Amino acid sequence: MAEFTLPKNSKVEKGTHFPAPASATNVRSFKVYRWSPDDDKNPHTDTYDVDMDDCGPMVLDALIKIKNEIDPTLTFRRSCREGICGSCAMNIDGTNTLACTKGVDECKGDVPIYPLPHMSVIKDLVPDMTHFYAQYASVEPWLKTKTPVSLAAERLQSKEDREKLDGLYECILCACCSTSCPSYWWNSDKYLGPAILLQSYRWLADSRDEATGERLDALEDPFKLYRCHTIMNCTNACPKGLNPGKAISEIKKMIAERSL
Amino acid sequence: MQKERPLSPHLSVYKPQITSVLSILNRVFGSFMAVSTPVLVYWLMSIASGPEAYAELQACFSHWFAKLFLLAWAFSFFYHMSNGIRHLFWDAGKGHDLETLNKSGYAVLASAVTLTAITIVFALKGGA
Repeated sequence: MAEFTLPKNSKVEKGTHFPAPASATNVRSFKVYRWSPDDDKNPHTDTYDVDMDDCGPMVLDALIKIKNEIDPTLTFRRSCREGICGSCAMNIDGTNTLACTKGVDECKGDVPIYPLPHMSVIKDLVPDMTHFYAQYASVEPWLKTKTPVSLAAERLQSKEDREKLDGLYECILCACCSTSCPSYWWNSDKYLGPAILLQSYRWLADSRDEATGERLDALEDPFKLYRCHTIMNCTNACPKGLNPGKAISEIKKMIAERSL
Repeated sequence: MQKERPLSPHLSVYKPQITSVLSILNRVFGSFMAVSTPVLVYWLMSIASGPEAYAELQACFSHWFAKLFLLAWAFSFFYHMSNGIRHLFWDAGKGHDLETLNKSGYAVLASAVTLTAITIVFALKGGA
């Protein structure tokens, strides 16, 4: 059931302010969500003032600078710093995106930074992705075939069929879309959410895959697919410019068309 | 013992998006219409019960609050209808790209306002 307010242990309180050095002239404030399993405090937002004349342009640059120079206890995931690994997905300035591809200059005023919404928090900006990955595994994201292929040839695909995977294969599973979806917030226990459904459609749209019927059967229940109400926050959020909302509509269409 | 993990903030931190706001409005207006269906039933019943009953209802409807209610009802109806047509296009697999999404969203708002305005003009002219 939808719980619109946060549980008592999750209420966000005011935290500490870390001012920039007095010499700094180009200062931006970052209000960062903090929670540690090792003390008895509630979550709180610490404010870090960063001298942008001595910092890279992206939000991730600022976070790394904070961790290196101001507060080494700040915890977040990051890896590639170029929008391909999906590790630094978080809620920045009110929308989900990748910290490494979000410019600080795209945000006005103080920059609020929270973990991906409606997730269990392990520490600070690090959410627990276990359930999300389990949902991904549940759609069996691999090529399934029945017809044997000769050892001499690969499973070939026409250029046109290959093009059908464009806009799907680029998904990096950062979960920005799923955790922007109100329907996923309220029903993530049963609803698969936009990211996983886009991944599922990636295999449904693959001309080489021969398990289309079984895949559709597995999705056809009141929750897994149909908790999508075409809110379209997912497409709005995707940092890779993909369209999970459209992929979900295509799955719904496939199910409708096969029953005709 | 380790303390229980918190739930990260959601509604309170996510900026209202044109996508989600129009979506929740569809539900709000839809629910409003569903809840106020008895008024519609009462209206139809007074029409069926003859001129005296209808005169009584007209007296009720001339109250400013009743007029406001009817205005809200008309807007809800036109919004829900316009957005319903938008949903039909989506169900046909069309209009999911961000640009079309924004345009069709504003078109729904514009159409709801225009149709409501036309209704008001007709209502005033008809002397209701």
